[in-house]
Amino acid sequence: MRAIITVVGKDKVGIIAAISSLLAQNNVNILDISQTIMQGFFTMIMLVDLQDCKLKFSELKDLLIKRGREIGVDVNMQHEDLFNSINRI
Amino acid sequence: MFTSQEIIETINMVKQSNLDIRTITVGINLFDCSSDIPQRFIDNMRKKIIKYAGNLKNVANEIEDMFGLPIVNRRVALTPISLLTFSYSYEDLIEVALAIDEIAKELEVDLIGGYSAAVHKSYDENTKKFISSIPDALASTDRLCSSVDVGTTRAGINLDVIAHLGFIIKDIAQKTKDKDSFGCARFVVFANAPDDNPFMAGAFHGTGEGDSAINVGISGPGVVKRALEEKKYASIDEIYETIKKMAFKITRAGQLVLQYASKKLQIPAGIVDLSLAPTPKVGDSIAEILEEIGLEKVGGYGTTFALALLNDAVKKGGAMAATFTGGLSGAFIPVSEDSGMVRAVEAGTLSLEKLEAMTSVCSVGLDMIVVPGDVEAEVISAMIADEIAIGVYNNKTTAVRVIPAYGKKEGDEVNFGGLLGRSKVMSVNRSSPKRLIERGGRVPPPIISLRN
Repeated sequence: MRAIITVVGKDKVGIIAAISSLLAQNNVNILDISQTIMQGFFTMIMLVDLQDCKLKFSELKDLLIKRGREIGVDVNMQHEDLFNSINRI
Repeated sequence: MFTSQEIIETINMVKQSNLDIRTITVGINLFDCSSDIPQRFIDNMRKKIIKYAGNLKNVANEIEDMFGLPIVNRRVALTPISLLTFSYSYEDLIEVALAIDEIAKELEVDLIGGYSAAVHKSYDENTKKFISSIPDALASTDRLCSSVDVGTTRAGINLDVIAHLGFIIKDIAQKTKDKDSFGCARFVVFANAPDDNPFMAGAFHGTGEGDSAINVGISGPGVVKRALEEKKYASIDEIYETIKKMAFKITRAGQLVLQYASKKLQIPAGIVDLSLAPTPKVGDSIAEILEEIGLEKVGGYGTTFALALLNDAVKKGGAMAATFTGGLSGAFIPVSEDSGMVRAVEAGTLSLEKLEAMTSVCSVGLDMIVVPGDVEAEVISAMIADEIAIGVYNNKTTAVRVIPAYGKKEGDEVNFGGLLGRSKVMSVNRSSPKRLIERGGRVPPPIISLRN
């Protein structure tokens, strides 16, 4: 299963490290990553593969949201199919 | 990979524009549960509802988690109960209603529909008894929903039952007076009721349906409004096109949820109801879309025009996004559930008469309208008759969900909370249609019924 993770917040040192290390600890492979500053906000989008992740979807999501809160950014994870459905015919 | 713009847009649809799925509704056929012993019917029904909908809440929660899409309601729709309880006494009928409500609570289902009857043609003694039980059934339950079909384009209009329903609605209002006559919000009168409608209070599992089906009702007016905000100076055809595109995207989300829920619950996928349905949240309103199209306030001239194009564009955009569509597809215009509609009533720009005109082009009809508690039953019947005529003569579904709030006067406020919202009590034309309603009988179907 693949998912899209988005991270939005005020730019600072260590955001990518904080999120990607959490993913690595849980065997989540990052397939694609893009990062930009949009309207003054740090915005990161990741496509990840959850195949080897032992956690349930909701558990991983909660961990990500919690880690995001610790470093002051909004983290979101959604199943890839939502984006496929809405944006691809 | 998706472009950042696509991803941000999709996330904003949910986070900022209130895109949500209004309901996942599991329809369940109860014909094989029937028995002339009421308790046996109740036991069979309980087993069957648990079999199909026992896991509904968990699956809906899982979908919310996976896709980040809120699902506002989990619902169950049953075979019209009147078809299964012909031999039952009044007390038995109430027992059945209580049992259904209890099952809904046990499964944490928000609403359960199907305490329903279709009397567009015949109005026999058994069905009359059933309809008479609706006030007590609704007053003694919290989640049960009820509907009565009183006319179809094929069969005509049953004025006998319409005359009766004016009194029934007043009775429901009186019996639930301690909750602002909330019971009336769980009862709807239909013309041309669809079999696969996931929206309450009118959801039931029609007789042409299989053993079970999942139907999804979508929502998302905020998404359309936001898209239109970027088209301040566009011509009306461009507005139409924008609505169509957004309707497509919203419906694709609905189709995804339908497929996922169908797989998880192992119930065949039914339809996606291509609808824009408001919630009382600001920014999630049909009225605000109409105003964004160019009206100063909903209810002014141009409102019917704007609603007609909105309704059609929603259907055209959604039709390609879903495999099977059905239900009430279009735009809903309930008053109390839509913050923009409530504001227009308060400002005095939206009258019942304008709402009636709007129902000739919307997906339902006079919906969630609060009127003074002392309005005569015949006036309510006549209000129903007008609305049913619009449906029957124009070959469309129409409905009436009106709340004569007990003890309330014009201008007072009622508050139902949650999805059902709040509203000012609207003013009503009180000239008496008593002589018309008391005639009774059945109106023959219109000439368009002779199509073959």
